[in-house]
Amino acid sequence: MSRSRRVLAPYLLILPGGLWLLLFFVIPMVTMLSLSLQQGDVVSGYVFTGHWQTYVDAIGNYRTQLVRSLIYGAITTIILIVLAFPVAYWIAFYGGRRKPTYLFLLLLPFFVSFVLRTISWRYILTDEGMLLGPLKDAGLLPGSFNILGTPVAVIFGLVYNFLPFMVLPIYVALERIDPRVVEAARDLYADPPTAFRKVIFPLALPGVFAGVLMTFVPASSDYVNSAVLGSSSTTMIGQVIQSQYLTSSNYPTASALSFTLMAVLLVGVFAYARALGTEDVMKVAAR
Amino acid sequence: MQSNPPDPSLIRGLTQRRLGRRDALRMSGLSAFAMALAACGVKGTGSTAPSAPAPDAVAKYWAGKTSNGKVDFANWPLYMDPKQPELKKFTKATGVKVNYQEVIQEMGPWFAKVQPQLAAGQSIGYDLMVITNGIQFKQFVDSGFLAPLDHSKLPNYVANADKSYADTAYDKGNVYSVPWTSGITGIAYDPKKVTRPITKLADLWDPAFKGKVGMYSDTQELANFGLMALGIDPAKSTAEDWKKAATKLKEQKSAGMVRNYYDQSYVDALGKGEVWITQAWSGDIFQKNVSDGTDFKFVIPEEGGTIWTDNFAIPITAQNPLDAIKLIDFFYEVANAATLAEYINYVCPVPAAQEQIKQDAAKLSGADKTAMEAVASSPLVFPAQSDYAKLHYYVDFKTVAEQQEFQSIFEPIVLA
Repeated sequence: MSRSRRVLAPYLLILPGGLWLLLFFVIPMVTMLSLSLQQGDVVSGYVFTGHWQTYVDAIGNYRTQLVRSLIYGAITTIILIVLAFPVAYWIAFYGGRRKPTYLFLLLLPFFVSFVLRTISWRYILTDEGMLLGPLKDAGLLPGSFNILGTPVAVIFGLVYNFLPFMVLPIYVALERIDPRVVEAARDLYADPPTAFRKVIFPLALPGVFAGVLMTFVPASSDYVNSAVLGSSSTTMIGQVIQSQYLTSSNYPTASALSFTLMAVLLVGVFAYARALGTEDVMKVAAR
Repeated sequence: MQSNPPDPSLIRGLTQRRLGRRDALRMSGLSAFAMALAACGVKGTGSTAPSAPAPDAVAKYWAGKTSNGKVDFANWPLYMDPKQPELKKFTKATGVKVNYQEVIQEMGPWFAKVQPQLAAGQSIGYDLMVITNGIQFKQFVDSGFLAPLDHSKLPNYVANADKSYADTAYDKGNVYSVPWTSGITGIAYDPKKVTRPITKLADLWDPAFKGKVGMYSDTQELANFGLMALGIDPAKSTAEDWKKAATKLKEQKSAGMVRNYYDQSYVDALGKGEVWITQAWSGDIFQKNVSDGTDFKFVIPEEGGTIWTDNFAIPITAQNPLDAIKLIDFFYEVANAATLAEYINYVCPVPAAQEQIKQDAAKLSGADKTAMEAVASSPLVFPAQSDYAKLHYYVDFKTVAEQQEFQSIFEPIVLA
């Protein structure tokens, strides 16, 4: 009895999570894959025909938006690393006993929905709003100047919304560095920049990697920032998918685009892990 | 080096797949997967629903329906005085409570949002909705999502409605819908930013307004302007014309003219100065000027504007259809049609309301009186026959394939 229990225990433990994954991950994925291979229209229904052409057409029609999303995602990620590293570094090494306070301040904006915060930016950045209005009145900017609707506004929104997701993992990695390791580097005649380059940065790399994963993937597939702060010339792939689902009821195209995006991101992430030298980083990141 | 002919069995071994037990299992797994893929089709409700339903459909639908004392009403923004005087009056007169929600901003998203529930036979949470004639209207009808209206429950409509509405292509005989109002799509502009008078569609292509032009994201609204700018009547346009119009609209876009493609939010963009000149719906601009003290102008371009009709319809799964149809008929009482038109300034489907508004005006004095008299004589509220000459109707799609082609031509303009 007790033996069979011991044999069953691991399966019982995995059961809730497994069922959850099956219900809310596997089944939707299979459904979506099936949808992407169906043909028809919303009135008479969609029927499975194994129509791969949908992928070809969808990628052909919306290649611009796909590439644009990846570019926006990459730019956002690079800006984020540049912004987040010093912040994380400062909190980790100079935060002292106020560290929790600083981290709390970093997370404070999350107490308001990110859609609402993005909409607030819309009010601040609008053509005759509190930022541009006075500058235009003072004659410093031409009347037709605008920030909203440009790639700058969209990337700004992405950076703003994803900043904590980059700071936190880097902070965790830096926090874990044993100060004695840095001391040892100094004892071995490394000047501070060298100590940073040879010791601190490599040890922080898993944090950067985790940060990139947590920002590049959602930033590339985001549609809120572009919808609220952008215009039709900044349309991202997420918006296309949303509109194919929720305006045109064109489920096959929407599903095909979703899968394409997922595939591109997966390949990108694995290539990135390879380039960084390894699963090792994955392992450390997951630690 | 000497080249020996390779052993044929080696080639066979290299080129042929050997199926082991494991492979067979894998294959059967795959085919099960393929079957699972094929099994999850999306059910449609069939385009079997005819434009004229079975003669007993009305009786069948309305049999046994009882009044529940409430109605959930989905409408567009800027379609009623925010104080909702008509609805209050209705509740007072009938005891039926109205939950009025301005949830419809564009037809495409609205249809896509309620379609799954309606296809599953579930309530969408609304008993009454206002939908525009056009692609989605046809989809609603073809899917069998609209309740056939019992005209015996609409005495005011029968007595007071403009008879021409019973003779439309999209719902002949008002089987599934009766008009809420009609409206005209034209051009609105802010005279503070646009210093010359705007008269024609070509003004939307004028480089002077680079980056400050608003267009609609609704493909039909957008396409109509491209077509009319080329002198093509949308109602008579062909697939060839659509491609030409798309080219014209793409030129406008690639020249950086268009700030964005909007749903109902274009009014907000105009108010904030994001756009200076935009496609617009007639009554919106009037209401914006009244409520925010702005001085925007609305014009029907020389080349023409389009006229559309927003219609009351009862979703087939409505919980309170009897209360809903009562509310529809209430808006066909002359007095109610008049106060509604006075506020929203859209084309009134009740001709007798014009006289009523004149009478209302006579009771007022000063600026209020002038404003009210202006409504009564406005071609945007009570267009004369001569006004209709400048107005065009939407493309009338014969088949689903035709409509899909249209969508695929114009969608990339909005999304790209």
